[in-house]
Amino acid sequence: MKKLALSDEILLTIEKPARYIGGEVNEVKKDPSEVEIRFCMCFPDVYEVGHSHLGIQILYDMFNKRNDTYCERVYSPWVDLDRILREKNISLFALESQDPVKEFDFLGITLQYEMCYTNVLQILDLSGIPIYARDRTEEDPIVIGGGPCAYNPEPIADFFDCFYIGEGETVYDRVLEEYKENRRVHGSRRDYLERIARIEGIYVPALYDVDYNPDHTIRSFVPNHPNASPMIRKQVQMDLSHTYYPERPIVPYIKAVQDRVVLEIQRGCIRGCRFCQAGMIYRPVRERDVEYLKGMASSMLASTGQEEISLGSLSSSDYSALPDLVYYLIEELGKKGVNLSLPSLRIDAFALDVMSKVQDIRKSSLTFAPEAGSQRLRDVINKGLSEESILKGAADAFAGGWNKVKLYFMLGLPTETEEDIEGIAVLADQIAREYYVIPKDKRNGRVSITASTSFFVPKPFTPFQWVRMCTAEEFLQKKDVLRRKLMEQLNYKSIRYNWHDAEVSILEGVLARGDRRLSGVIYNTNKKGCLYDSWSEYFHYDRWMEAFQENDVDIDFYIHRERALDETLPWDFIDAGVTKEFLIREYRRAQEGKVTPNCKKACSGCGAMVFHGGVCYEERKGDSV
Amino acid sequence: MTIRIRFRKYGIMKFIGHLDVMRFFQKAIRRAELNVVYSQGFSPHQVMSFAAPLGVGLTSDAEYLDVELSDIPSPEEVLARLNAVMPEGFCVNACQILPETPPNTRKENAMSIVSAADYIVSLKDGYQTGLAREEWRSQFCRFMESDRIEILKKSKKGTKQTDIRPMIYESGFSWQENPDSVRERYENGLTVFLRTAAGSTQNLKPELVIEAFCEFANLSWHPFAWQVHRLELYRHNASQAFEPLIP
Repeated sequence: MKKLALSDEILLTIEKPARYIGGEVNEVKKDPSEVEIRFCMCFPDVYEVGHSHLGIQILYDMFNKRNDTYCERVYSPWVDLDRILREKNISLFALESQDPVKEFDFLGITLQYEMCYTNVLQILDLSGIPIYARDRTEEDPIVIGGGPCAYNPEPIADFFDCFYIGEGETVYDRVLEEYKENRRVHGSRRDYLERIARIEGIYVPALYDVDYNPDHTIRSFVPNHPNASPMIRKQVQMDLSHTYYPERPIVPYIKAVQDRVVLEIQRGCIRGCRFCQAGMIYRPVRERDVEYLKGMASSMLASTGQEEISLGSLSSSDYSALPDLVYYLIEELGKKGVNLSLPSLRIDAFALDVMSKVQDIRKSSLTFAPEAGSQRLRDVINKGLSEESILKGAADAFAGGWNKVKLYFMLGLPTETEEDIEGIAVLADQIAREYYVIPKDKRNGRVSITASTSFFVPKPFTPFQWVRMCTAEEFLQKKDVLRRKLMEQLNYKSIRYNWHDAEVSILEGVLARGDRRLSGVIYNTNKKGCLYDSWSEYFHYDRWMEAFQENDVDIDFYIHRERALDETLPWDFIDAGVTKEFLIREYRRAQEGKVTPNCKKACSGCGAMVFHGGVCYEERKGDSV
Repeated sequence: MTIRIRFRKYGIMKFIGHLDVMRFFQKAIRRAELNVVYSQGFSPHQVMSFAAPLGVGLTSDAEYLDVELSDIPSPEEVLARLNAVMPEGFCVNACQILPETPPNTRKENAMSIVSAADYIVSLKDGYQTGLAREEWRSQFCRFMESDRIEILKKSKKGTKQTDIRPMIYESGFSWQENPDSVRERYENGLTVFLRTAAGSTQNLKPELVIEAFCEFANLSWHPFAWQVHRLELYRHNASQAFEPLIP
């Protein structure tokens, strides 16, 4: 019988012991003594959140298909267990074998949001792995980072031995083969890192030197070893219909955030919204074959017994075979009592039809993400959603029986004026007015509109990577402007307004565009007991601010200044496909309020064509035949 | 048609709570491709009834659940299909097709008919009672001779003084047990058998009996020292005798 790392007494004292015992349906079981490589995959957040991440499930499946490798999992212990592990000096362990993480060959940590950085340090600390990569010995696992935040790895570069930039399907096999080879020739940890520095997409921070100007901007960023490439090119899996996909995903016992089968229908996005990092770094857009997806849906549902399936992508409405796929799923799943959880769709006749088929109209709501309140500002951010289409979509939906609308906006976008902010209130009110156009006897009660705003955080590899971010005070003023304007609206009683926390946004902003000088700040913050910064009840802004002071780091430098276009940015050494020239061009067009057409309409020459794919590439290939 | 299934829950699965066990079985039944009847509406769900929720930390040889199927392969087939999709820690070991409910009578389900349960309570290794085994046993026999056993029972409305003696139907140090029982066994060998009231009208957790005994014998009570294992669940049959839910 499976032996657990924690005693009954501990497991029965903490919340949700099932987070720490493994043994779920479809967990991969191997004898650790019979493999050559032990890889521990980590999502640095609580089990229910981490388990819901598709990327890890794909890599778990991919690694475990190798006979010489056993990939296991670890998530952040919740605060209750964190305390106990420290008190009793228990080493953090992997779920499958319950063996200490420290005994593994690799610890892979996915970085999905900046606010998980203190949790990364918690994982290292509880595992007994030195927090700074430079302090690690031959006994310690190789700590490798990946995920979207690895596109600017600099704030946490000192904690990682290496980063994998881009999609995991391409060069991980080489990373593991080199490990075996290095072991065979009795190479050291350092030898191994120098070896893998030659693999495209692998960044070994220790092999680069950064030099700063007196004003703290970067003077130079250069390799200090011949194997280290001056530019690291992101990895892209071009053929998504003939590659790894977890046909037998793990089924958690406790309810995970994503308690369903997830079908990733495409990667990348054709839209080119200028604030959106995902829309830039995941280019080019690549679809999975619809027949492949249908087959995958059936096998995943059969192997998991899940009651629900959802579609994953950045913009599902742009998937070319969406109606085919959705109608097939509704039909097939309906027979088996499985629900289709719809992604947010552009509201049109198709969307309303499928929504009415899979959701209870009285309970479900329409979702629009105009992101900005005026057409002028929507043009600046290149959000191709017009007021006309929002109002038309809402009117059609209201006529179809819906009466709930959710609206998502950002405050603090570049060039934003008071008028743009007030436009949010006016738009919300106009939508409500559309509802009352319907004859009274056909209305389904009152209309309910929820407007939510988040604060704009400029991200690397977007056309807004140079812009100044607002201060917390400015954000809160903007929020007040909007609240006041909402009160003036005719239908204000039907409009609810939610806003995000400004302080978390500020920190996210600092970490997103930070450099190596931030590692000391993150280290100190964690030492002050900060954990789970993305959970508002555990977020301590004051402790972060203390840590900045202790390290003599000024947050204004990172967020409250406009960067010069010729400044060396900390992430400039990463080649994400989209070129700097394209980003500058887009930035200029934004300032002029000029819209750039989406990739299906016209190629804007972003640079991602170097990966030999995407709608623009397919078209050109067609032309030349 | 409704079937009743008996299953075991053991090993690390003792840390899975009742609601999660329900969700687990819904998925297991789908994986086993049994044709289950779904409720109507936008979120169809399976019509399922568990006999008696098992607390987190307890193991069991006899948990029961009723589920409605639209067509039923043989009971053997149901068992084979379910066991093929069970992880370690769950095992299905009996299946019975329930007779159709006669017209105009209330449909019974597993939950509503439970009346008693057998438990084995064992001292986990690494814990002490403060008494030698024989001494502990004789004290326990004296305890069971009491006319009344008063405890403070906590409920939603607050605490209240309750006499639990009438809810303890049997106790002792020998019992009938399936040789392949999944209960955990300990070096110290201190175990006690209890048959207590179970079900929706009266329910007594065996932990409370041990706690009351510790107070009676002036022994210190440690909430994590005891492993409780459920051996069987009973209903009253026509002659008011206890009969396992699947005879």
